[in-house]
Amino acid sequence: MRQKTHPLLIAFAALTFAFLIGPLVIIIGTSLSETSYLTFPPEGLSLKWYENIFEISAFRRTMVTSFILAVGGTALSMAIGIPAAYAMARYRVQLPAFLGNIYVLPILIPEIVLGFSLMKSVAIGADFPIMAALFVGHALLVLPYCVRVVGASLNAFDFSIEEAAVSLGCPRWKAFFLVVLPNVRAGIIAGFILAFITSLNDVSISIFLTGPGVSTLPIQLLAHMEQFFDPTIAAVSVLLMFVTVGVMAIVERTLGLTFLTK
Amino acid sequence: MTVSLSLSDITAHYGSTKVLEDLNLHVGEGELVSLLGASGCGKTTTLRLVAGFLEPTTGTIKLGDRDLTRLPAHARNIGLVFQTYALFPHLTVRENVAFGLKQRGIGGAERTRRADAMIERVGLSAFADRHPANLSGGQRQRVALARALVIEPPLLMFDEPLSNLDAKLRVDMRVEIRRLQQANGTTALYVTHDQEEAFSISDRVAIMNAGQIMQLDTPEVLYSRPANAFVADFVGFENMIPMTAVSEAGDAVRAEMAGGTSIELPKSHFTVPSRDFILAARPEGLLVSAAGDGIPTTLGLRTYLGRAYQYQCETPAGEVKANGPLAQPFDSGANAVLIPQPEQCCLLSA
Repeated sequence: MRQKTHPLLIAFAALTFAFLIGPLVIIIGTSLSETSYLTFPPEGLSLKWYENIFEISAFRRTMVTSFILAVGGTALSMAIGIPAAYAMARYRVQLPAFLGNIYVLPILIPEIVLGFSLMKSVAIGADFPIMAALFVGHALLVLPYCVRVVGASLNAFDFSIEEAAVSLGCPRWKAFFLVVLPNVRAGIIAGFILAFITSLNDVSISIFLTGPGVSTLPIQLLAHMEQFFDPTIAAVSVLLMFVTVGVMAIVERTLGLTFLTK
Repeated sequence: MTVSLSLSDITAHYGSTKVLEDLNLHVGEGELVSLLGASGCGKTTTLRLVAGFLEPTTGTIKLGDRDLTRLPAHARNIGLVFQTYALFPHLTVRENVAFGLKQRGIGGAERTRRADAMIERVGLSAFADRHPANLSGGQRQRVALARALVIEPPLLMFDEPLSNLDAKLRVDMRVEIRRLQQANGTTALYVTHDQEEAFSISDRVAIMNAGQIMQLDTPEVLYSRPANAFVADFVGFENMIPMTAVSEAGDAVRAEMAGGTSIELPKSHFTVPSRDFILAARPEGLLVSAAGDGIPTTLGLRTYLGRAYQYQCETPAGEVKANGPLAQPFDSGANAVLIPQPEQCCLLSA
């Protein structure tokens, strides 16, 4: 006997899906239109707006910048985040509990406030070059993801394993690389990907830190929109979306998405 | 190579809490000594001090004539077996066992040969290429044992190694541990909270409480002649009856207890340690009898133990547990006497 589902529940579920999927369908449709203005349903079918992304040098340039920034910022953040997460998991008893919360602050503080204060301190105050300021800003932005996701892995790690390695003659620093890191690899990959996506799609931090000659793809998208209202915007959005979905698919295939919600 | 382990005047703190106080312990060459006690008694702290994961506030730790006190953990050359097994999840059984050899710079072929030989000794040759996740609890503990033994350490240490196994496997594994330890003549320190486990496996047992060793002796002595009330209670002398020696008559001492009742303790079986003393008795050490020279009692609840009946007994010294023969059951409320049985009783100074 099958459990009967209430029709209203089905209706609500359908509505929620429509609400989530609808805009994506519209934007994909719009990006395929032949017209030079945004319209849905698309009139005609063409990939010329996708070609257009690569013809406009500003998009090409910022795309590269965004990728370098996402990889570099995340790497920098991991370099800080992994040791921090390790220390907090390893010395959970000895360290005060609020320390863990400090690393979540970049999520709790409105991003626009974070962006503004970074501009005041790093870009203007410390007079960092634009690219360096962006690296620092993005590293800070994604730090919570690195610390939390790697931390979740480390909290599940039995530190007797590390002690076993040490007792067998392996110095502490070497044991970290030989037995700790390989066993929290899944957390590091998941954290890296989450951070990468967050950095790639960021607007509010970047908008304060970009400057003459250096911009990121989402910022360039905004700039483009102010002058042209053509389906290129939709095409770039779809492209960003697919990179995100693609990366998520890799996570799902290798680790399972449930990993991210743990 | 067999060496002895010595801990001298060890004091240790966690923050400002003192967890060990002036601890002295000597484990002889090839000897297996257990640290036995409830959680928080300092037994694991002691093991971690020797392993080098903690540093003592004062005192010295020596292995043979080597001073370990300030030596980093990885340089101590001690084989450790953990409660959680602590196998390397990302390595196969063979790689797990070979890990210590690799750290010692022992090359490929020699390393594999020695690892495989040790895996064979613990009976896991068929599983050498598996990962720990695909092994049972008992098999994992064998791998942990092989991994600790293969480096041929002068000292082996076990931290509650059998706690995560089921009862039957625990008995098999402790025999296995004892067999391997004796075959290699390795000095060993064994931490457990399980009295049966400690007594069955050890040459000597240290019963610990509140950061101190209460008594260190062979299981036989601990079981029959505890040195103090704590150890007596720990090894099952559940009844503690305070007494005062009042007079000597021939070959017996007359001892008085609360309520003014007195019994005679024959000198041939009991040595009274001081004027005020405690009669510590297991339930089977107080024989419930209809008449005789014993502690007068009113019997309470009777429970069946298989080999005897046990009674909750009301005596002038309070409630005690005593056993009576199966052949002669008493009813609840009956009056009887409890006759101390020398082999299951001991007298402690008050």
